[in-house]
Amino acid sequence: MTSQTSLRETESYNFAYLDEQTKRMLRRAILKALAVPGYQVPFASREMPMPYGWGTGGVQVSAACLTPEDRLKVIDQGADDTTNAVSIRKFFQRTAGVEVTEATTGATLIQTRHRIPETPLTEDQILVYQVPIPEPLRFLEPRETETRRMHALEEYGLMHVKLYEDIARHGEITNSYAWPVMAEGRYVMTPSPIPKFDNPKLSDNPAVQLFGAGREARIHALPPYTKVVSLDFEDHPFVASKADHACDICGSHESYLDEVITDDQGGRMFVCSDTDFCGTRSAALAAERG
Amino acid sequence: MITLKDVSKTFTLHNQGDGQSGAVIPVMAGVSLSVAPGECVALTGRSGAGKSTLMRMIHGNYLAASGEILVGGLDVAKASPREILALRREVLGYVSQFLRVVPRVATLDVVAEPLLTLGIPATEARARAATLLARLNLPERLWSLSPTTFSGGEQQRVNIARGFIHPYPAMLLDEPTASLDAANREVVLSLILEARARGAAILGIFHDEDARARVCDRLLDVTGFTPGLAA
Amino acid sequence: MDGAEMSIYARMKGAEPLLSVRNLSKFYGSRIGCADVSFDLYPGEVLGIVGESGSGKSTLLSCLAGHQTPDEGRIAFDGRDMIAMAEPERRRLARSEQAFVHQSPRDGLRMGVSAGGNIGERLMAVGARNYGAIRETALDWLGRVEIDGARIDDRPSAFSGGMQQRLQIARNLVTAPRLVFMDEPTGGLDVSVQARLLDLLRGLVRDLGLSVVLVTHDLAVVRLLAHRLMVMKSGHVVEQGLTDQVLDDPQHGYTQLLVSSVLQV
Repeated sequence: MTSQTSLRETESYNFAYLDEQTKRMLRRAILKALAVPGYQVPFASREMPMPYGWGTGGVQVSAACLTPEDRLKVIDQGADDTTNAVSIRKFFQRTAGVEVTEATTGATLIQTRHRIPETPLTEDQILVYQVPIPEPLRFLEPRETETRRMHALEEYGLMHVKLYEDIARHGEITNSYAWPVMAEGRYVMTPSPIPKFDNPKLSDNPAVQLFGAGREARIHALPPYTKVVSLDFEDHPFVASKADHACDICGSHESYLDEVITDDQGGRMFVCSDTDFCGTRSAALAAERG
Repeated sequence: MITLKDVSKTFTLHNQGDGQSGAVIPVMAGVSLSVAPGECVALTGRSGAGKSTLMRMIHGNYLAASGEILVGGLDVAKASPREILALRREVLGYVSQFLRVVPRVATLDVVAEPLLTLGIPATEARARAATLLARLNLPERLWSLSPTTFSGGEQQRVNIARGFIHPYPAMLLDEPTASLDAANREVVLSLILEARARGAAILGIFHDEDARARVCDRLLDVTGFTPGLAA
Repeated sequence: MDGAEMSIYARMKGAEPLLSVRNLSKFYGSRIGCADVSFDLYPGEVLGIVGESGSGKSTLLSCLAGHQTPDEGRIAFDGRDMIAMAEPERRRLARSEQAFVHQSPRDGLRMGVSAGGNIGERLMAVGARNYGAIRETALDWLGRVEIDGARIDDRPSAFSGGMQQRLQIARNLVTAPRLVFMDEPTGGLDVSVQARLLDLLRGLVRDLGLSVVLVTHDLAVVRLLAHRLMVMKSGHVVEQGLTDQVLDDPQHGYTQLLVSSVLQV
């Protein structure tokens, strides 16, 4: 990885693209976010060499956390090989010269869009989420001044009104992703658009979880082992659901599945959305069979 | 039960007088009277002598300029609005000549309301209202209608029912039989006699001399209290 | 006098006012919003505040409800100092023990949320987390304000003006507040709808023992709803007392003018 060309490119950028002052500003915001789990900390979001919506918030947070010794993994919807994941991985390879990996267990920092890896994380890892809209109350109350006040005063009745409306209209809470959670009994936050299947993994997780929203210029965070509760009603409890299937490749019943349409005749298959988990499992099964 | 001591009343018309103070019109002066429990007293005097004004002062509707108006131990002339409200709720009944109610409310509920404000359950209050309306010969088909559309006699009976639904220890009756036919007049007179018998102190205005003679223990001419008429 | 009558006043002597206001003033620069207003409001009492536009009645109401901070004076709610109170506590009171009924239902309802959700919001805000129970309470309240329970999932935008106003009242009263502020609650409604709303409010006040501060310019409304009346002019209270006494035997020149200016039907 440390060929002559990439070294030269690395030297022409500051480490991990951003200048040191910017990273310092970001780290301050991250520390504050970690100190107040679930609270959205404003930060001076920078223009990044990629469009908004492509993970500029996550990239800035990753840039502020990376050290030359880190090993980076980037996933998009669980996959290491999609355009978004590949571009961000390449970006840090060029600007930080860090090692990269596709193995969840081998990574020290994982930037993710819309998934939490299936393989349990450890205390030595940081998970960075790309967040499009950090404010869970946004669609109920458009005024930022008012939502900030609601967070400050713990006025979260409105959040449950949204869930109430779902049940009244559809018989159940219809969020299948971005299901709002309460962090450490204080702040309601969005887990970013991860499937609700992943929500239980937010809670009591040994890894540091950081959430960056570039366009909205907000960072929020969950320090290790934070209690995270998905909002629900006593008589309509939260259920972490997934497609009722096994993976058609590795046969797992436990992992979150993507439905893939295979032809125009309605053919389809269910496969793990976490490509590393699926590949590792398939390889192990193949080895067992000999 | 009802005792007035040297009560006077003036009206000050700020917008009609000359100069800053407006026109001050003395309407009553030196009123002293007393009505004991179980006694019915009729106010007399010609029209404009101040009978209604006096009743309204006792009810707290008009402010007295001076003197004491004691009803059940409370000096209405000096009492706070809150005390007067409690007095009207629990002690002092009033049958006025005019019906003032929320439009579109059923007659039965209009009559039951004084009991509801006393905290009596709605079913019981309505049952008592129904009994009284039946006794006053108000046709049952009218009970669910608003009394605002009723004839004068019907409205009067609704007012009487409201005034007699609770056994108030003191009562003010302003022309209770004015627009009633003979049969209903009899019912009202018996209601008054029953109230008197149970010990209510009653002060009333009766233009109907025969009615006055049958229910009242004594007469009290207010002409002597009226400045300009007394002399 | 016998003891029964005496005891009602003795009982009242012990009662504490729910809302106690002393020398309240609010200025807009050199202009007076309201000046030196004092009164006590006891549990179960309805206080009407009348006066023409610009008389300061709305300024007073918004100071009482905590929407504006007065420049001088004191407001005590149930013995608690409302002006010194921290905002979180004040807002918590505002959505539990107090309520505010706006003249326009659009200001007091969430038009994009169903009738049930509108009623349920205050319950959920104070911690209700059982969907079935919230819905049951919402249905009960729809019944109490005479809205067909079948409309529970409809949005208020599909309701008539009178229904919207009744829904706003249900939404406000669901947490059993002790003090309700009302700003022209019957304004903008047809006369027939107004009468029904007045009757509903009277019943709710009586059955729930509500204390109400009611601002209106409609003397007929205060006569039917308010126990006591305060007349304001140019920011000052010029007269206060028992409602029927103030209306039938007004002492102040302005009140006399106000009462005599009402058109007779």
